Amino acid sequence: MSSKVEIRITGFGGQGVVLAGHIIGCACAIHAGRHATMIQSFGPEARGSACSATLVISESEVLYPYLRRPDIFVVMSGEGYEKYGQELKKDGTLVFEQDLVHPTTVEGQRAFGVPSTRLAESLGKTIVQNIVMVGFFTGVTQLVPDEAMRAAVRGSVPAGTEDLNLEAFDKGLEYARKSVSQPAVGVARPILEEVSP
Amino acid sequence: MKADPAGVLTGSHYLDGDVACGEGAMAAGCRFVAGYPITPSTEVVERIARRFPTLGGTFIQMEDELASMAAVVGAAWTGTKTMTVTSGPGFSLMMENIGLAAMMETPCVVVNVQRGGPSTGLPTMVGQGDVMQARWGSHGDYEVIALCPQSPQEAFDLTIDAFNLAEIYRLPVMFLMDECVGHMTEKVVIPEADAIEVEPRRLTDKSPEEFGPYQINGGQIPEFARAGDGYRFHTTGLTHDERGYPVMNAECHDASVRRLVGKIRDNADSIVRFEEEGMDDAEVVVVSFGITARVARLAVEEARSRGIRVGFLRLVVIWPFPEKRIRELAGSVAAFVVPEINLGQIALEVERVAAGQAVTWPVNHAGGAVHDPDAITEIIVKAAS
Repeated sequence: MSSKVEIRITGFGGQGVVLAGHIIGCACAIHAGRHATMIQSFGPEARGSACSATLVISESEVLYPYLRRPDIFVVMSGEGYEKYGQELKKDGTLVFEQDLVHPTTVEGQRAFGVPSTRLAESLGKTIVQNIVMVGFFTGVTQLVPDEAMRAAVRGSVPAGTEDLNLEAFDKGLEYARKSVSQPAVGVARPILEEVSP
Repeated sequence: MKADPAGVLTGSHYLDGDVACGEGAMAAGCRFVAGYPITPSTEVVERIARRFPTLGGTFIQMEDELASMAAVVGAAWTGTKTMTVTSGPGFSLMMENIGLAAMMETPCVVVNVQRGGPSTGLPTMVGQGDVMQARWGSHGDYEVIALCPQSPQEAFDLTIDAFNLAEIYRLPVMFLMDECVGHMTEKVVIPEADAIEVEPRRLTDKSPEEFGPYQINGGQIPEFARAGDGYRFHTTGLTHDERGYPVMNAECHDASVRRLVGKIRDNADSIVRFEEEGMDDAEVVVVSFGITARVARLAVEEARSRGIRVGFLRLVVIWPFPEKRIRELAGSVAAFVVPEINLGQIALEVERVAAGQAVTWPVNHAGGAVHDPDAITEIIVKAAS
């Protein structure tokens, strides 16, 4: 694994793109001892149009906060794929909502699909689709330890919804474990820092 | 004194710069905020509006920015620590009452999360074009203090410093963020309340009969009396005597304005703050601030790896300007390289202070994006050759 990983997460407004980015960044920066800078796209997006968050995760201080070309592209809508699909690195990793995104295979890239919306529906709440995706992301990339991600989910979702969201996270993680044998990006590392109060 | 624990959200958090600024204000003891929403600053007041009810603070969404700044000045005279938050277009509208705050010597903080200008410009994108406006935006001669954070952590830390400086020097302190820092989310560590020093309002111990709102007692900064404590005094934007009453003559005006300016210029050495590295053998020095300073460090690293002897100076306090240090460096280096997201504002200041002793190379971008570090490296290479 290189010392820096760049991630773009995209979907349509209302899917929880920014929250998904926030959880991954928080897991890295607060619960796994790394540096993680998140930028959310601030176009005039309304609910329903393409929305994006980017993360630069590094072992050292992040000086340039924007990404150049993502190592990992998490995509939850067809429009998001159309808009940003081209910028994924040649050997990058694509993580996608398989019922909404139909990517073209690129040699050298790895692609992992998950029916995150259907899995969320099976929990009775479509709204946790993004958290299912975060769980799946955790499983296929193994970029951040599961427990760091769980701590970030717990601390980032509205009070009273923690259990539902953790269930959604585990659903995505479990789906990744069943469908993927090799980690896409790196090897999970131990939690370096205590969970904040 | 130590911060009030009620306002301090101790712990490690993942926050954007705007929210971190709001937390810094509450930790510093700010309990009155008036503002009018504007991108990219609104998250600051959203955070404050959500948390203030639990702290006994008051947030008012005013009808516009003129009224916001006026409310901040008025509320400050009750002894409360006050702040307003805006971006370029709103900052322009606040200028008249920023001048009023300067003239009345009202401690307060004005946060400007800079976006691309002029006018409504680029509401959602970065700019650093309000640097000179922060310094000169209101009419007449006065001085301000302005700070420039480069990260969410600094948005928290320096907001506390901004409030403390406002209390010490009794003036509006400008907090010059930018859209990138404001909307960037990173780890922010908020210490325990007893590790945060806050300056209390310096209240007079004189009786109401002895007190005059602009008596300076041999110093430069008057003592403060809160409205409502039985001190009956007069304060307006007109040139005034020690009692605050208007005096319309050149002598009083000259003395008053010289004192307003002098309390900052004479204390510049203790207010100025910058960070520097690699100065020992530097032949070129990069001077930058805010988000651009972060990006410029990449260029400095790249230039060093190519064997160029380049130093780096980051302005943390941007006004007052570190004239003494820049003048000193101008005597020993060949050139300054000044990247900033405007068409050359701090570059002019560097050039003025260097006074021909060293060449100034601006690296400009009008706004909407941060610099490509390669563009800065390119100018460093030119400046060194």
